[in-house]
Amino acid sequence: MPQTADTGRDAHSAGTSVLSTPAGLRTTDLLSIGDLSAEEILLILDTAEAMQEVGTRAIKKVPALRGQTVVNLFFEASTRTRTSFEIAEKRLSADTVNVVASGSSLAKGETLADTVRNLEAMAPDVIVVRHAAAGAGHLVAKLCKARVINAGDGMHEHPTQALLDALTIREHKGCFDGLRVSIVGDLLHSRVLRSNLLLLEALGAAVTVCAPATLMLPEAARFGVRATTSIDEAVDGADVVMLLRIQLERMQGHFFPSLREYFRCFGMTAERLRRAAPDAIIMHPGPMNRGVEIASDVADGPGSVILEQVANGVAIRMAVLYLLSGGQGG
Amino acid sequence: MADAVVLRGGRVVDPANDVDGHVDVFIEESRIAGVGVDLILPEGVREVAVPDGCVVCPGLIDMHVHLREPGQEHKETIATGLAAAVAGGFTAVACMPNTEPANDEAGVTRLILERAADAGLARVYPIGAVSRGRAGEQLAELGELHEAGCVAVSDDGQPVASALLMRRALEYAGMFGMPVIDHCEDMSLADGGVAHEGFRAASLGLRGRPAVAEQILVERDIALACTTGAAVHIAHLSSRAAVAAVAAGKASGARVSCEVTPHHLALTDEELDAYDTRYKVNPPLRETGDRAALVEAVRDGVIDVIATDHAPHHYDEKLVEFDQAPFGVVGLETAVSVCLDRLVHGGVISLGRMVELMSVNPARILDVPGGGLSVGAPADLTLLAPDLPVQVDSTTFRSLGRNSPFDGRSFKGGVAATFVDGRAVFVNAAVSGADQLQIGA
Amino acid sequence: MPVVMSSDQVARTIARIAHEIVERHHSLESLALIGIRTRGVPIARRLSEALAEIVKVDVPTGVLDITLYRDDLMRHPVGPQPVLRRTEIDFSIDDRRIVLVDDVLYTGRTIRAALDALIDFGRPRAIELVVLVDRGHRELPIKADYVGKNLPTSLQESVQVRLSEVEDRDEVVIEDAPDS
Repeated sequence: MPQTADTGRDAHSAGTSVLSTPAGLRTTDLLSIGDLSAEEILLILDTAEAMQEVGTRAIKKVPALRGQTVVNLFFEASTRTRTSFEIAEKRLSADTVNVVASGSSLAKGETLADTVRNLEAMAPDVIVVRHAAAGAGHLVAKLCKARVINAGDGMHEHPTQALLDALTIREHKGCFDGLRVSIVGDLLHSRVLRSNLLLLEALGAAVTVCAPATLMLPEAARFGVRATTSIDEAVDGADVVMLLRIQLERMQGHFFPSLREYFRCFGMTAERLRRAAPDAIIMHPGPMNRGVEIASDVADGPGSVILEQVANGVAIRMAVLYLLSGGQGG
Repeated sequence: MADAVVLRGGRVVDPANDVDGHVDVFIEESRIAGVGVDLILPEGVREVAVPDGCVVCPGLIDMHVHLREPGQEHKETIATGLAAAVAGGFTAVACMPNTEPANDEAGVTRLILERAADAGLARVYPIGAVSRGRAGEQLAELGELHEAGCVAVSDDGQPVASALLMRRALEYAGMFGMPVIDHCEDMSLADGGVAHEGFRAASLGLRGRPAVAEQILVERDIALACTTGAAVHIAHLSSRAAVAAVAAGKASGARVSCEVTPHHLALTDEELDAYDTRYKVNPPLRETGDRAALVEAVRDGVIDVIATDHAPHHYDEKLVEFDQAPFGVVGLETAVSVCLDRLVHGGVISLGRMVELMSVNPARILDVPGGGLSVGAPADLTLLAPDLPVQVDSTTFRSLGRNSPFDGRSFKGGVAATFVDGRAVFVNAAVSGADQLQIGA
Repeated sequence: MPVVMSSDQVARTIARIAHEIVERHHSLESLALIGIRTRGVPIARRLSEALAEIVKVDVPTGVLDITLYRDDLMRHPVGPQPVLRRTEIDFSIDDRRIVLVDDVLYTGRTIRAALDALIDFGRPRAIELVVLVDRGHRELPIKADYVGKNLPTSLQESVQVRLSEVEDRDEVVIEDAPDS
């Protein structure tokens, strides 16, 4: 094929510096971190780093997704994730529509399948879906041609959260190989955990998970992680300490007796953190329960990168939207 | 004599009468009139050649199906369920009482039997509810249910949660010779789970139903069976621990029998990766080790019966979030293929043992006719085609339910024909030479 | 595979363009160079070094990735998205004279995208264009202010600029584009 435009030349003359990165993503939907190879994860992180610059401009907008329609289909309230996606979409010039459960036909008893088929009839290009049921994104993807991004499905996964966590870790630690990452909190119910385990394993980090036995990840060994119920053991020597949210309603399921007791046994305090590496970073996917899983002086302390995680969320979502909007690579 | 037929040249497998060989089966006036070689036949008997490779066996009995009528006719009707049964080689089914209203009184039992007679396909043996409205509180009128035609009692769909009620049910139903069939699961431990509690559910973010929930109720039921001396039948065994509990119970002399489904023998929770609701079933598909233990128990005799737990659902009901989808798979039209392929061709059991599991033992446990080709018995026969290649296509099902976990899969072995009372109620056109099996019509 | 510019010719051409830039501007105070990824970047850096030698002024130099402004982005859904790399312009372009630098000028679409991108960064007083090679076949009304070499080509040919910062040597060659 003769060159028809000099804008096409990147594709014809890839420099040696980019040989290790794949041409694109093989998947057209991002439902699980398991959909991505290690190289694809790094491509997303690299692309997100380039996207970060767009957010520093006077005019924070590029025309890349001009004319693309993105539906943010949120069946669970989530100010942070929805706002992050929406800003990412707008910075890429996509047309965005927010569908939230309370204002939609869902309240009228329509099934997810019918909701999605009706949206599909209006030809969106991308659907970002957040739902309380694991696998909801799989169902949406099965029913429509639009590309689907899982923005959190029940206790299953939250892939863009793990990607933004990885971007934040890489900014501080450079690489993942052998990095000691400790994850503490409600492991059993956490979709953030599941995405992070897949991602950190793919990139070679050494992960320790810690929770009360009632909230422990079942079959932790089969996930390739070290598990402990001792917070001190978990924090010992950690380069990254990631805390997960404790949902207040878990007390009803006999998972732990009280928030007070949880904090006493598992809350991350400055005292406990002294066992971690001196330059350890503290992460939390939010929203935080101060005084439950994390003490305020840790959340606001020097090692905390919690707000950087939020900032990186926009760049990661821009990268994912951009890369998924291409054709299938590989 | 128009009503007299002899099936010639087929291999006959009739373990109840210790027959396995190429013999003739003589049918006269809807009954078995003789099995053997050189039978002395009256004049005018129609001779029918059994198609090459086909096996004649006593009619298969599925002692655990959900026919949905009355009340949920959008899922299945008695007529469509029985059409599926005969297409799957079953000459009789026992139907669970979780209809709407529940089969907890004689009127419902009579309606089921009436509709079954109208359909004129497979026999139906209704199973009555243990408790009124299957609510687990007050015993249903088991005496009247028995009189109306119920052959066993169960609150299937859920366990008899109260140990006291279970004890009373065993004692009371025992008076009428009816076993109590229990769906064994401690509901507080099951805790709203939708998949087997293990690595797969944990990685998919699905709430788990632990195997110990099944084990606890199996052990309780066996202890109660010992105490009362009554017969308990454990429905759809699914876990290694529950198999061990049944084996121990049998060894101790308890009157316990149990069944397993073809899907639990063939599949594991590894099927759940794409959240395909066709694999959502209760008890859940468990792990490789559980499946292996079930297969081993089929081989060594701990398991008495293979039953399908045929549970049709409307496709809309399954096209929802995994959490929201109803439990259950259809099984009537695939059971024979799965069992022939995985168990017989798979070298686990002989054809004779398969007939015991799917005909002899269900008849014995429910104390109903069938299970053998004895002279004078109703001529309920299944013709198996053990080498027939079968590709499952749910769109061709007689059942209204399309929720088959085996849809699209290929198996070696199928059904050639099904006879009830000496009459062909199903003939498989895919079997060459099957056209002449149209007898008694 | 005819070599149309040798390593020496590339070096002399860049030096010549630097002199032309100096000639055309009374002062380089408000000047900035912006190289378009990939090969516009090393050319811009070399120009900057050349200018520093000639007039002893450090001209700010930036890097522009025009990927997000390409006009073919969402129009070929069969292929993967082009790789995005970082734009690095750590100075304000407001009221500056911007010299945009690229290796080959062909249809003009890259330059169109670069102009759109630059406008999002601010309001320069003027934008000029440097290219090492102009091979013709314009599809947009765009013209370079400084041209290293005019190189008439056919549509079947492709022009490859190689620079030691990216490849192993400096040269410009014409290749027959593989017919596929």
